Amino acid sequence: MTRQPPAIDARDLTVSLNGRPTLRGISIRVEQGEVVALLGANGSGKSTLVRTLVGLVPAQSGQIELYGVPLERFKDWYRIGYVPQRVTAVSAVPATVREVVSSGRLARHRIGQPLSRVDQAAVGSALDTVGLAARAGENVAALSGGQQQRVLIARALAGQPDLLVLDEPLAGVDLTTQRLLADTLADLVAHGSTILLVAHELGPLDGLIARAVVLRHGVVAHDGAPPVAAGHHGQPGHDHVHPHDPVGTVEQEARWLR
Amino acid sequence: MAALSLEFLQPAFMQRALLAAVLVGMSAPAIGTYLVQRRMALMGDGIGHVALFGVAIGLALGAAPVLTAVVVAALGAVAIEVLRERGTASGDVALALLFYGGIAGGVVTIGLSASASNANLLAYLFGSLTTVAPEDLRLIAILAGLVLAVTLGLSRWLFAVCYDEEFAKVAGLPVRALNLVIAVSAAVTVTVAMRVVGVLLVSALMVVPVATAQQLSRGFRSTLALALALGVVYAVAGVIFSYYADTAPGASIVVLGIAGFALVSALAGIGRTVSQRRRSDLGEIYEDDVVLEA
Repeated sequence: MTRQPPAIDARDLTVSLNGRPTLRGISIRVEQGEVVALLGANGSGKSTLVRTLVGLVPAQSGQIELYGVPLERFKDWYRIGYVPQRVTAVSAVPATVREVVSSGRLARHRIGQPLSRVDQAAVGSALDTVGLAARAGENVAALSGGQQQRVLIARALAGQPDLLVLDEPLAGVDLTTQRLLADTLADLVAHGSTILLVAHELGPLDGLIARAVVLRHGVVAHDGAPPVAAGHHGQPGHDHVHPHDPVGTVEQEARWLR
Repeated sequence: MAALSLEFLQPAFMQRALLAAVLVGMSAPAIGTYLVQRRMALMGDGIGHVALFGVAIGLALGAAPVLTAVVVAALGAVAIEVLRERGTASGDVALALLFYGGIAGGVVTIGLSASASNANLLAYLFGSLTTVAPEDLRLIAILAGLVLAVTLGLSRWLFAVCYDEEFAKVAGLPVRALNLVIAVSAAVTVTVAMRVVGVLLVSALMVVPVATAQQLSRGFRSTLALALALGVVYAVAGVIFSYYADTAPGASIVVLGIAGFALVSALAGIGRTVSQRRRSDLGEIYEDDVVLEA
């Protein structure tokens, strides 16, 4: 029986940003069909790690393979759906929701190839998945922050990727939208998607995540079952208003280290 | 009356200037939309400065200035793009050096050459109706056609790169090549527009129609289409105005464009206020209802 290559296989990654060591010898492997959360305090390197894995940040040392192919030779980018961490999806020149989501389809195209009916259908279904089909013709700027986040997720979904990489999809999103996103992701997982997501805390995603990798100061501090949220953080409906406060960070680290 | 109103079509130089205005009016906003999208609205201005150096070389050598300008401007645009990609603070200073070096180098080169005069230079700085030579027109048409083919044909790819470069990279798009396409198209457009608008005001024709269009549209493609239409209207109207008023065509085009922008802004502002008032009027009705119920 031939084994499927892991979606992500990274070994001994070292990354420095502006001369500061940010990742210090990290190895992470995500099997196909797995759902993995990357957790950690601010500055722990979780965002840098996903950006390195998708090739946006160069690694000083270490190897990355995507679907068994070394990153530098990887060509099947349509298999990766990337949702960057963005405060807003508003563009300098107006853009409709459909225009932004359609750009997620280009990974499957040769330059200059027009959009086919299959592409239109994929864009439509991505919009349906995030519940924005009715807003397709509107200017992205007319949408709320949570809806804009969903536009960026739909853009990644439009390419029908095998692996979804989401950088803080829940940041700055209200609880109702967080639950909606959790439902969306649960749906994708049920259909066999592989997901790697960066989160400050799991919140409504709790039930979805079987494995969490916790980073601390650029190294893996924990890899396994998600840490149990302590105290009021664990309660449903808890709204983390100040995720950047030093008290919260200490509290969180205390939780990871138990 | 009809004969009088079309009198500006009589001189051959005006026919060429108007044809050039249509080509420039389309190609400048076509590339300008992407520059505005990427928040580099002033890039055209920088390329214009560099293009002037190319013009000076052409005048000094007795070669076609449009040809030397397109080469020098394209090299300058690629340099600007490389500096932008690095995105460092020293890159910012390097850009300034490139811009001022371009315009100063141009003026000095003209001064040193025996054949070219400062009067020539002025025509390139602010545009001139009479400088569009028949052989220029053919080159302008070819270059404008190229710019339009690229900016409209690759619009979805260029949009993706300008909207979110990192996403485009992860999607496997040839981001660097597309960025260079934008830079070189901008340089070609500057050269195309140079004859009519002049290098100092080229950037305005790239930006002002886009700034006007985006107040009226919700999407990228509709903004692009409207900007193209406005660009043609401004350019043609400016050339006609300049013929009768004997003003520099570039300045006339830009003044018209900015007037159009101000008008549309005012109307859009009134539109927003009216719809807000209508909403608050509705709010008052609801409040009244509550009072009555109470």
